[in-house]
Amino acid sequence: MNTLRTSTFTLLQTATSVGLSALAWAVTGVRPIWNGSEPSERQRIYFANHASHGDFILLSACLSEKVRARTHAVAAAEYWGKSRLRRFIAQDMLSSVLIHRQWTDAAQNPIAIMLSVLDKGHSLILFPEGTRNTSDEALLPFRSGLYNLSMARPEVELIPCWIENMSRVLPKGQFLPVPLLCRVVFGPPVAIAPGEERRAFLERARETLLALNPRPQRDD
Amino acid sequence: MMHETVILVVGLVGVLTTASLVAGMLSWRAPKPLGPTLVNLNQRINAWWVMVLAITVAFFFGRYGMTILFALISFAALREFVTLTHSRRSDHWVLLGMFGIIIPFQYWLVWTAWYGLFTIFIPVYCFLLMPAITALNGDTERFLERVSAQQWAVMISVYCVSHVPALLTLNVPGFEGRNLLLIAFLIITVQGSDVLQYIFGKLFGRHRLSPTVSPSKTWEGLIGGLVASSLLGALLSFLTPFSAMQAAAVAFIACLMGFLGGLVASAIKRDQGVKDWGHLIEGHGGMMDRADSLVFAAPVFFHTVRYFWTV
Repeated sequence: MNTLRTSTFTLLQTATSVGLSALAWAVTGVRPIWNGSEPSERQRIYFANHASHGDFILLSACLSEKVRARTHAVAAAEYWGKSRLRRFIAQDMLSSVLIHRQWTDAAQNPIAIMLSVLDKGHSLILFPEGTRNTSDEALLPFRSGLYNLSMARPEVELIPCWIENMSRVLPKGQFLPVPLLCRVVFGPPVAIAPGEERRAFLERARETLLALNPRPQRDD
Repeated sequence: MMHETVILVVGLVGVLTTASLVAGMLSWRAPKPLGPTLVNLNQRINAWWVMVLAITVAFFFGRYGMTILFALISFAALREFVTLTHSRRSDHWVLLGMFGIIIPFQYWLVWTAWYGLFTIFIPVYCFLLMPAITALNGDTERFLERVSAQQWAVMISVYCVSHVPALLTLNVPGFEGRNLLLIAFLIITVQGSDVLQYIFGKLFGRHRLSPTVSPSKTWEGLIGGLVASSLLGALLSFLTPFSAMQAAAVAFIACLMGFLGGLVASAIKRDQGVKDWGHLIEGHGGMMDRADSLVFAAPVFFHTVRYFWTV
């Protein structure tokens, strides 16, 4: 029964990921731009700017099906764990990893949960801003997760990914996407320099990600 | 009409085969790896094969095929246009309406041949209602810029483009059931003019026409291209209700409009700081990079035929 259940879910997840990637392409014509890194099956943490529920789908659509099957988006349990439907979508269909942004119970420690996924040899998609950015700022300050994960597993590559236009395609609070062209720019890997402090590293990672934006806003 | 269609298909395949052979010879003799110009030339010719195939398939499905094909072209062009211009979060519903309501409705009007509403739906109703919705949303930041960009987007990518399949609704006496050939005439002369202007420019181009907008356009290219495409128009007059002289004149007007369309599109791209509208068509850029001339030519061609040849 359990195997049947697992294989049904794998099938569901594969179908969902293929279907969503096709949909993402039809709506946004999404194209990956590898600018400093190359597609690879090695273990990675893809970290990206976050403004829309579509971000993770767009980023996944740029990865090969094989890589996608072993790559999980990190999502907020406060939002995606709220109802049975949301939990089903997030965990069973999209195989994302739910973490609590506010946690008290040690079992909810987000770093421990993310590390347990990395220890299975899988990759992560992380939005270090910690929430969807609705401000006029291009990128919010990063939370510490990226630093903590990299300190604990320095062998995992950190790849910055700039997701273009998704905030216009599907802004926060909307559920119908406007078809606009999107690109995802994958930048050079970032690693913690010897003796580099948390703040300094997070700011450097943020700057690297910002620098990938192919069309920075000109006057607004 | 079968007769003309066969000549067209044979002619197009012949021209493309020649182009492929010439490009193949050039690539074969050139030092490896190929330079960017030859790579681009090969990509462009291969893309032409795909485009000709797509239009031919649509052609054989007649009114259905053409209406659907140009609705899709509008979709791709509008997507490129809106992507490039400024919008804000509060524009979401207006943008959705452009894709979800304006495109389907405008092409439904083409389909039903409702000429009266077809010509005013976008320039009157959308023109007034879109900014009204934006104003009701209450976000006045860069209001005029956003509203103008939306107007331009639907006028260029939907209204102008929809005049191509709308040619099927014209009633030219003695030409019944052959209107598809008018579309073929328009597309071949205007797209041919683009290619001819490019070739004449490469061969004889000396005097730049508009260095600030499009440095590659020259007077020699423009004049050579227009003369050659007018001749092409005269040669293709057997497709049309026009005499050879009339066909040359109509082709001249369409191709001149096409040239202006390319110039305006270049100015928009330059203003927005991009080289191409998108990447849909390998070697050419986006849909708008290929369709910019057709966009300007189609409404003028439509009204020329309507005014002088229909009852």
